[in-house]
Amino acid sequence: MITVKVNGVTYDVDVPSEMPILWVLRDILGFTGTKFGCAAAQCGACMVHLNGAGIRSCITPVARAEGKDIVTIEGLNDAIGKSVQHAWEEVDVPQCGYCQSGQIMAATILLRENPSPSDKDIDHAMSGNICRCGTYKRIREAIHLAARK
Amino acid sequence: MEDALNFNRREFFRAGAVMATGLLIPFYSYGGKKGQAEPENGMLKPNSYLMIGTDGHVKVLLSRCEVGQGIWTALPMLIAEELDADWRRISAEHAPAAVDYYHTMYATQRTGGSTSVVSEFDRYRKAGATARYMLVQAAAARYKTDMASCRTEDGQVQIGERKIAYGDLVEDAAKLAIPADVPLKDPANWKFIGKSMKRLDTPDKCSGKAIFGLDVRQPDALVAVVARNLIEGARIKSYEREKALAVPGVKQVVPIPQGMAVLADNFWAAKRGRDALNVQWDLGAYAGLSSEGILADYKSRADEGGIVAVEAGDVEKMLGSAAKVVAVEYYQPFIAHAPMEPLNATVRLSLDKCEVWTGTQTQTDDQNAAAEITGLPKEHVFINTMFLGGSFGRRNITRSDYVREAVEVAKASGKTVKTVWTREDDIQGGRYRPAFLHRFKVGLDKDGKPVAWKQISVGQSVMTGGPFEKVAVINGVDQYSVEGMKDAAHVAALADKKIEVNAPVLPFGIDNWRAVGLSHTIFAMESLSDELAHAAGKDPLDYRLMLYHDEPRLANVLTLVKQKSGWGKQLPKGRGMGVAAFKGMGSFAALVADVSVDGKSVKVHKMTCVVDCGVAVNPDGIIAQVESSVGHGLSAALYSEVTFKNGKIVQRNFYDYKSLRIEEMPEVETHIVPSREKPGGIGEAAVGQVMPSLTNAIFAATGKRIRTLPVYSNI
Repeated sequence: MITVKVNGVTYDVDVPSEMPILWVLRDILGFTGTKFGCAAAQCGACMVHLNGAGIRSCITPVARAEGKDIVTIEGLNDAIGKSVQHAWEEVDVPQCGYCQSGQIMAATILLRENPSPSDKDIDHAMSGNICRCGTYKRIREAIHLAARK
Repeated sequence: MEDALNFNRREFFRAGAVMATGLLIPFYSYGGKKGQAEPENGMLKPNSYLMIGTDGHVKVLLSRCEVGQGIWTALPMLIAEELDADWRRISAEHAPAAVDYYHTMYATQRTGGSTSVVSEFDRYRKAGATARYMLVQAAAARYKTDMASCRTEDGQVQIGERKIAYGDLVEDAAKLAIPADVPLKDPANWKFIGKSMKRLDTPDKCSGKAIFGLDVRQPDALVAVVARNLIEGARIKSYEREKALAVPGVKQVVPIPQGMAVLADNFWAAKRGRDALNVQWDLGAYAGLSSEGILADYKSRADEGGIVAVEAGDVEKMLGSAAKVVAVEYYQPFIAHAPMEPLNATVRLSLDKCEVWTGTQTQTDDQNAAAEITGLPKEHVFINTMFLGGSFGRRNITRSDYVREAVEVAKASGKTVKTVWTREDDIQGGRYRPAFLHRFKVGLDKDGKPVAWKQISVGQSVMTGGPFEKVAVINGVDQYSVEGMKDAAHVAALADKKIEVNAPVLPFGIDNWRAVGLSHTIFAMESLSDELAHAAGKDPLDYRLMLYHDEPRLANVLTLVKQKSGWGKQLPKGRGMGVAAFKGMGSFAALVADVSVDGKSVKVHKMTCVVDCGVAVNPDGIIAQVESSVGHGLSAALYSEVTFKNGKIVQRNFYDYKSLRIEEMPEVETHIVPSREKPGGIGEAAVGQVMPSLTNAIFAATGKRIRTLPVYSNI
């Protein structure tokens, strides 16, 4: 039995300790806002916050989350996270929308660390998140918008 | 081909109309009985496309699916326009699989070909107008006035100073006969159409609430991962069933026609189970399949010739007397779709029904496939369409491959299952856009104008064996293998020409990729126009204006993109602009790429795009689709290629099937030509132009002509 805390709530889960956090979230606990894209740390669709740091939940064993706080898109309710979500809505970023949970989680980390990022800073922070629809232009615009607020 | 397709579209439409009246399936239909509204649950349901509650809420049922293209918003806009709805009280949901939602051109429920707005422009406006008429009629009766004295706005009927909310009229209106042929608004009075509206699906896609196929959780479902046959004719040589069953969480290993399925409590266990199953394949006759072999075969096929698609005059004689002859060939590789959401389908089978939850563009095909496998009547197959996490053609598969497979797993296992593909399964799982070799010999007169056109195109036929074969394959020529080529005005006008097509057969699945044939034919045509301009010693954009003068809307977008892009301005060494313009999907698009090349590194600074798609229903949605065409098209142009070695597919995941990343995304400037022409498609109308605008810009920057894609394998 492993104890994990997701969005402030504690859960005991009976899974192998090497099971990736992604599948504990999605298949065991039902937090389906966090997405499966590659299972190889290539696309960022699975990004969640672990004790405030952005991690690729598809390759991170659940044992690493024992005693720590996981925040998923469903529990992103701090001021910066909310402002990112609002900026995403304002700019109408999503198309298919599948990668956007991961994009929003990554953008939130960026803005926590760097309240007014340059285009280069955005490139650096967001390069790990693939969007096949090609919404990158609006992602950039939304991050600048969130930074201004 | 346009004419042939249009003719058959009319045929399809007639077939659809017959079915819509003769074979209405009552428990599927949200619509009322014919000629009478159904006051059930106090809702007004004048037809299958919308319902209005007593609270005034308008629910729009979508005949087409939301795959990112914005139909979740565009179709409600069409209804809101004629209904004079309150936009804040409108919502959308996917319709069930039912005859009422058949495509007006295809006679099945299908989303594709950039036709959703095109085909629903009248039907959804009429649906809204009909509801409005009934509400006004109810208001006029209640307040004893004539309908002409009633105005409608923001979800209310206004009679003088009195305002009556639609919700208050729903119960009265629901008792009225449904009127036929309600007139539509004069476009001069449009309030929604042509105004940028925010997407209705955005909030849920920013909060994790949007449910994609992969997010469906049925309490009784196991997760299945399948070891499937990638090369046709391959057979399972060996597998280790006991080892798979020994993985904690694995419940079952079952054979299906596609391979072996491992069922487990969750995805991770199923995937580990499949690894442990260690299926070994005997590749049979195709153990030596390689990309080099395929290309060599295509070249020798191009030497040999093919089936004649069009022939006129004496092309050889004309080539002999031409002032100049340009002989070139272009090769584009197999490419995968790689939508962000890996393929999946959830299936629950019982004695009398089959329920499917999945992101799909082909509800009727899926129904037919499930009915065929289970033996159930088609009406007992229920397709629940979920949000699609991308497709680019992968979920518009004419053979329903991933739904078919999931139904097979459910049938073989006797369990409710969610079948999930890994990213590797997706990249290696076929249904590729076929590779194409287009070889040309074009004769120019002394002014540089084409006078002779000889062409052979070698590549697999996508349409053969699918539902569009009868329409699309004419005398052995798949019209989509040369889409937009022989019908281009400057080719059609030539007196001396010969275009042949040679279609090899290879042992893996192929299918449409975003923009269908145009995904490869525009690269060939618009690279060629550039080379012809160069041979003629003319500016590539001005040369095109000369070449395309019989296509006024195409010439217009070219003229505009010349102005907007700053075409012709002095650029530093190593930097250049390239243009590409083409018509397709009923629309016209011209793109200019501004590109720097440093050694083998390519930087796209900006794409200037001008599109004419007729009436622009949701301009911001159109701009988003053009941006997407640039991002997705650049991914393909720079990186995408699936290769074969020793009978196996080489690429596996995003580390070797690369995708554009944010730092590579250029600035995109989009201009929409104001128009009252009937709507054209937009999701695919500007994709094929991206590749040649890029390579033409690389030529302008460096003098190096890239005739084989992707760029990074060939620069």
